[in-house]
Amino acid sequence: MATQTLIPAGDFRTTYAADTTVFPTRTSRNAMIVGIILICFAPHVLNEYTLSLLIQIGIFGIAALGLNIVVGFTGQISIGHAAFFGFGAFTSAYLSNRFGIPVFFCIPLAGVVTAAVGLIFGLPAARLKGLYLAIATLAAQYILLDFFARAEWFTGGSVPASAEPFSIFGYSLRGDKKYFYVVLAYVIVCYLLVTNLIRSRDGRALVAVRDHYLSAEIMGINLTKYRTLSFGLAAFFAGVGGALYAHYNQVVSNEGFGIDRSIIFLAMIIIGGIGSVMGTLMGTAFMVLLPESMEWLSVALRDSPIDQFLGLKNNIAFLREMAIGIIIIIFLVFEPDGLAHRWRRIKAYWKLYPFSH
Amino acid sequence: MNTQLLIQLLVNGLVVGTLYGVVAMSFVLIYKATQVVNFAQGELLLIGAWVCWWLLTKYQVPFYLGMPITLVFMFLFGIAIQVVILRPMVGEPIISVIMVTIALSTVFSALMKWMFGVNLQPFPRVFTTQNVNILGLQVQTVYLMSLAVSLAMMVGMAWFFRLSKYGLAMRATAFNQQVAQSLGISVKSVFAMAWAISATVSAVAGVVVAVVNGVSAGLSAYGVKVFPAAILGGLDSVGGAVLGGIIIGLLENFAHFLDSEYLHWGNLYEIAPFYALIIILMIKPYGLFGTKDIERV
Repeated sequence: MATQTLIPAGDFRTTYAADTTVFPTRTSRNAMIVGIILICFAPHVLNEYTLSLLIQIGIFGIAALGLNIVVGFTGQISIGHAAFFGFGAFTSAYLSNRFGIPVFFCIPLAGVVTAAVGLIFGLPAARLKGLYLAIATLAAQYILLDFFARAEWFTGGSVPASAEPFSIFGYSLRGDKKYFYVVLAYVIVCYLLVTNLIRSRDGRALVAVRDHYLSAEIMGINLTKYRTLSFGLAAFFAGVGGALYAHYNQVVSNEGFGIDRSIIFLAMIIIGGIGSVMGTLMGTAFMVLLPESMEWLSVALRDSPIDQFLGLKNNIAFLREMAIGIIIIIFLVFEPDGLAHRWRRIKAYWKLYPFSH
Repeated sequence: MNTQLLIQLLVNGLVVGTLYGVVAMSFVLIYKATQVVNFAQGELLLIGAWVCWWLLTKYQVPFYLGMPITLVFMFLFGIAIQVVILRPMVGEPIISVIMVTIALSTVFSALMKWMFGVNLQPFPRVFTTQNVNILGLQVQTVYLMSLAVSLAMMVGMAWFFRLSKYGLAMRATAFNQQVAQSLGISVKSVFAMAWAISATVSAVAGVVVAVVNGVSAGLSAYGVKVFPAAILGGLDSVGGAVLGGIIIGLLENFAHFLDSEYLHWGNLYEIAPFYALIIILMIKPYGLFGTKDIERV
């Protein structure tokens, strides 16, 4: 229920409906709609490179959203998210190549299949918690990676599997400019779905499991159900993201689904804000742009003393890895609630401007 | 059935297993004392090995000098990690603490690749004789040394915990931090000391592996193998970690034997411990000797 135009100076909400509304004010809803309309013009304005970055942000943002359900909302730890992302990519490619299913249906189907696999690996989650679960998902990561290397019928083994380009009603959406709209549509649908999930009964149950699982159980929440459910949901979004990734690149090779990718997914949600839907997208944008900006920086610094000292050209890959780790540590120590929290602080500051104190 | 190969592999398994045991022991030490799951254990191994290699090759320091210098360095390094990075994380949710150690492992492994490259570097020869004949089996001297060093470290650790005053303080802290503090134990210094000892012990294991196989970024794989070992033994049992390490080492090599003789799946050696890990977590998540976590409301 968007009733006001501006954010009120205090908390005057009197109903649950007002408290759980997606957009607190009419302005924020309109801003979102205008933002989405504006971004629809992106392919006509931006160059290919910027567009490919936006597509990456969208794809990884969907997968990171899944991870945020399991880590941020349910309080479980998953270190094997990239393996599910990879599983989704291979499944979608396999379904379209082997059974000739149109890519349009393959992507959600890949999500469903990956969710099933996620439920299998989520079964330990029913009994385990905290670090035991972290270790179980670590094992899942290695087992799935081994499976990718082994199952040649499914992944093509050492030869990368090819994936069909996305098409709808016989109209092929090939190339960044057209594929951008596919990703955009999926991002909007997935983020709306999760935003509404958190407002629902099930979403509240997940948060209750996170906040105090014993109290949640006493209040009648089925712990086993919600823990495995959150794993399944996380795997679903990872699968959808992976499928989009597969049809974007049109090849799926065995690389890029390792533990380092899982760490990047975790970094995305930590930087964005654990348990924040919009924060996930901010964190993803940050993590996609971080290596790119390091690239620009290294180009800008070419032949400068810093370049000679660090040997940027040869060592940029290691420096990038280090930067990821250091950024995670800095955020955990100084800003544990992530960019979403910073954004809320900025909004809160402007709410009472110029009389903030 | 190829008995010779089986025995050879089982001996390998025992040697590698004791090393796993040592690393798992230092992993459990940190967990027990500070409740931190250290995902950077493998990188501690790696750093120790690289530092020792660097001293030995670049500065031509003899081994009997280079090794103690490495250990002193790692001792200080462990304290530094705890004080600078993990002390601010005390009381944070478990996911944050885990993420910090994961991030540390990323930083360290990238740093090591940057400083020392990605290629395998052979370690300077430490022993003059290559092989020793024991009961008709050709055993490499380095293997014997590895076994001896591992056993010595286990005994040393047992002595430290059972008989030394500081070990007692550590056990008290692991048992109950508040009570330990009220009895005059500095929990801060116990935490730092746990990291220091763990880093030192890992570095010894790292140098041993480096002497056997050379140094490369792949050394940090030991840090991942620690999880099956520590989970099997029970996350908070030092003795269990040792036993778990040996079992995982044997299992790995036995899987390799089955694979090469009968199954021909390939790569089973690498992946068998993780299947074992999942199975253990399903049936006995607290491991063989771990204490079952009972919660009261």
